[in-house]
Amino acid sequence: MILVTLPTHLRALAQVTGQVSLEVAEPVTQRAILDALEAAYPMLRGTIRDTATKERRPFIRFYADGEDLSHEPLDTPVPVVVSAGKQPFRIIGAMAGG
Amino acid sequence: MSEVRVLVGTRKGAFVLRSNEQRKDWTVEGPHFPGWEIYHITGTPSNPNRLYASQTSDWFGQVMHRSDDGGKTWETVGNEFAYDGVPGTHQFYDGTQHPWEFKRVWHLEPSPTDPDSVYAGVEDAALFHTSDGGKTWAELPGLRDVKGHLWQPGAGGMCLHTIILSPDDPNRIFVAISAAGAFRTDDGGATWRPVNEGLKSDYELPDAAAEVGHCVHSIAMHPSRPNILFMQKHWDVMRSDNGGDSWHEISGNLPSDFGFPIAVHAHEPETIYVVPITSDSHHFPPDGKLRVYRSRSGGNEWEALTNGLPQSNCYVNVLRNALAVDPLDSCGIYFGTTGGQVYVSADSGDNWMPIVHDLPPVLSVEVQILQ
Repeated sequence: MILVTLPTHLRALAQVTGQVSLEVAEPVTQRAILDALEAAYPMLRGTIRDTATKERRPFIRFYADGEDLSHEPLDTPVPVVVSAGKQPFRIIGAMAGG
Repeated sequence: MSEVRVLVGTRKGAFVLRSNEQRKDWTVEGPHFPGWEIYHITGTPSNPNRLYASQTSDWFGQVMHRSDDGGKTWETVGNEFAYDGVPGTHQFYDGTQHPWEFKRVWHLEPSPTDPDSVYAGVEDAALFHTSDGGKTWAELPGLRDVKGHLWQPGAGGMCLHTIILSPDDPNRIFVAISAAGAFRTDDGGATWRPVNEGLKSDYELPDAAAEVGHCVHSIAMHPSRPNILFMQKHWDVMRSDNGGDSWHEISGNLPSDFGFPIAVHAHEPETIYVVPITSDSHHFPPDGKLRVYRSRSGGNEWEALTNGLPQSNCYVNVLRNALAVDPLDSCGIYFGTTGGQVYVSADSGDNWMPIVHDLPPVLSVEVQILQ
């Protein structure tokens, strides 16, 4: 199982508390995680990435294993600690404001 | 005894204010959707417990919600607003052409007869429609064919913020866009034409009387007289007596003819309301006095309504979707401010009281009467 953490507003929108667990087929990539997340929680479609282009929204970041993966290719496998379910794939609302 | 329900959209959530016909004692419920900008929350005339809300966020984009129990519970509905075909370009702040990009839903206008049928005005300016209760949305692309390449964003973005469904002709719809102007369709939205003749934008446009490009802030109509329209433009308060074919100015003795909302009394079609704001750069009332102005002659002669409103040190704004009227026998007038106050007058504007003082900045106000 892949663990995903969501920002507060998206947890409220998805009506979940804490981390989300997802079944994601190998190879586990950012795209595969996001596809699985949106399939399990369709109310999140459009809130993390654009519905049409599938581009990450500008103020969303993807972190895992202490690294910022936001600018990595979406089809690159995520770190093993994420694909092994030991650490979460973290979806973050970026710092933006004063 | 009727219940009065006021739906308030703010920068940080939605609030529901409830009272009875007296409109003196109120309860405040919320925030719903805390932390989200609620550009508009409104009910459907044919089923008052069917509500729609537009939530938007710089982080998470557009979300749409629907309630079937008057706001007690909500479900997400479709949030995909895809422009029809290749979206094309419009004029940008720097004069270059810029691709149309969806940002948010500014205004929702439900059908008077079908709660599943709703129009949505969006930024970048376009008109969408759902016929399945918000699950899917489709653009009415003919609107952007009307010189869309010349439209440009105002300071608040290039938004379609006003939608008026003509009560006597289901094929006639009016919309208003900042900064493109007013438009009308007479064939249910297939084709449109600009209805801006008579508008003058001396400071904003190189051609003051251009066919499109005017910064219309809001339009209002009394349902008994669908050919008469009232407009608050960027500057100037205007009136049309022929369904928008031509406009003439009715600013008269207003202390400033800049402002955002305009509304018509529920029972007196020649009684209209505006909230003058000092200027386009000073988004606060003249002299620090919050005054609603009422004309009982369809314009030109205006009186200040001040009883119960702050008359010193008041520097709030009233945005375009934040003025509403109710249809009770003694017509109620409501408005919300960027300072988070919502005021009500239960006597057509003669006397005012705050319902609530300290909400986040108010973006929209709608009122429902429930039997």
